[in-house]
Amino acid sequence: MSDSKKPRRDFIKLSAMTLGGVGAASLLIPFISSMNPGKDTLALASTEIDLSPLEEGQSLTVIWRGKPVFIKHRTKSEIDSARNISLEELPDAEEDSARVQKDNWLVVLGVCTHLGCVPLGQKASDTKGDYGGWFCPCHGSHYDTSGRIRKGPAPTNLPVPPYVFLTDNRIKIG
Amino acid sequence: MSSNELQGYKKTLNSPYTGIKGWIDSRLPLIRMMEAEYLKFPVPKSLNYFWSFGGIAMFCLIGLILTGIFLGFHYKPSADDAFDSVERIMRDVSFGWLIRYLHANLVSFFFIATFIHIFRALYFGSYKAPRELVYIFGLTMFMLMMATAFLGYTLPWGQMSYWGATVITNLFSAIPVVGDAILTLLLGDFTVGDSAVNRFYVLHWLLAFAIVGLVVFHVITLHMTGSNNPTGTEPQSWDETVSFHPYVTIKDLNATIFFFIILAFILFYYPNILGHSDNYIKANPMVTPAHIVPEWYFLPFYAILRAIPDKLGGVIAMFSSILALGLLPWLDTSKVRSCLFRPIWRYCVLLFAVNFLILMYVGGKPAEGLYVLISRIGTAYWFLFIFVLAPLVGFLETPRQPLTITNYLQSKKA
Repeated sequence: MSDSKKPRRDFIKLSAMTLGGVGAASLLIPFISSMNPGKDTLALASTEIDLSPLEEGQSLTVIWRGKPVFIKHRTKSEIDSARNISLEELPDAEEDSARVQKDNWLVVLGVCTHLGCVPLGQKASDTKGDYGGWFCPCHGSHYDTSGRIRKGPAPTNLPVPPYVFLTDNRIKIG
Repeated sequence: MSSNELQGYKKTLNSPYTGIKGWIDSRLPLIRMMEAEYLKFPVPKSLNYFWSFGGIAMFCLIGLILTGIFLGFHYKPSADDAFDSVERIMRDVSFGWLIRYLHANLVSFFFIATFIHIFRALYFGSYKAPRELVYIFGLTMFMLMMATAFLGYTLPWGQMSYWGATVITNLFSAIPVVGDAILTLLLGDFTVGDSAVNRFYVLHWLLAFAIVGLVVFHVITLHMTGSNNPTGTEPQSWDETVSFHPYVTIKDLNATIFFFIILAFILFYYPNILGHSDNYIKANPMVTPAHIVPEWYFLPFYAILRAIPDKLGGVIAMFSSILALGLLPWLDTSKVRSCLFRPIWRYCVLLFAVNFLILMYVGGKPAEGLYVLISRIGTAYWFLFIFVLAPLVGFLETPRQPLTITNYLQSKKA
């Protein structure tokens, strides 16, 4: 082959390889996408709960998307202890008022943000940790009465799931 | 083209055998390869029993695959059926208890053999040139082994299976920004559940056979360089070698039988001693057990994970503890391979092994107080050993002149 033909051959090789690469990469999309939750799993994505049986100070655990959700009817002192602290003390600074829709109702995901255990504190007999909220027995994370991380390895606060009050005593999560 | 030039092309047809053996061998040259690599293969004649653990590990792998196939005939990979199908294997399937206990305990013994095998490589310098790739393929297998063992442990779908799987898969959520999306993608759901147990079962099988594939690479690379030996010096003549068969085959068989007698003792008298009783409680996504403890062979790495107070930092430290070991062939600056002739490094390696056992101990304890401090010191030594001691000791110490294989054997006799 003469030298003058070489750039032409290089161009053909390069464009063939590029097109082949793009094609192979596009072929990955359906396969990777198939690993995500299916439509049936996504369809189970909302739950309705009646709050009327919950007295002040009591908690309820419900299941949403296969995960526990903590609903807590907070007492006055629990609300106060969540509000009367400065944001600088918090590892993941967030106002209590930004985490609730009604002051006496706290709704958070009951999944420790460290490695996914279910924290203790829902039952009256449970240990509630140093800040009166929840305590994760796996690696020792303490959460306060607003579900915020105060001490331990968990990096963030217990997340608040999307929910709406349908009536005063009824909420829909998801 | 002359016929001379084609002679090399037709090489594979010239079998040294005759008859049916020759007919097969001239078409599929496996017989002559096996003879060259396993019967007549020369190995240094100074090998000690540390060199038997590679073969022992291979027998464990074969045992795991055989028992795994028979368990697979009865196991059902779904969140509803998994636990009950394992209980059915234990109670109703003929000899199901034996096959399952064998599978569960063989894993532990596979890890025991592998840990000793890796220690052998570190102590006698088997990782050093020209055996770097043998070592790298070995470490790759070790990582796949850990992944396969983790996936397998989730399958009985007990409380420890479920919560172990939750904690370990949540390690991926430590990845910044895309962590949670990756976790959902891997699990096929928002939590560990029906979808996860199904794909974990498939991956458990897939990775087991991936390990078999890597064994082939491990052996090919080993047979290019030949085995290392306690002196770390290469054989100088044929006199310093023996053929693999019958010398090594008989010796390894002896070691393997002894090893499996210990396994049999555990299997028949204490089949659950290496497991956790909580795993006989069916998985409950609403209740976390008080102490989540991984299987004993993960404990050193679990200790490293918990030693770092930061989530992402802990995950990075845990994975890089093994990856960093892969750099050892290039970080170790000494010209001498074997610790027998390295006065300082020898104690560094021994301390590394002791440190491994200490980390294993604290990994099984709650992450509080003194245990956290010990795990931090242990983690620090792990990385100090690889990144500081390996390059530094090579410069600082004056190694003894390594003995030849013949002189070594004479000095042992004297």
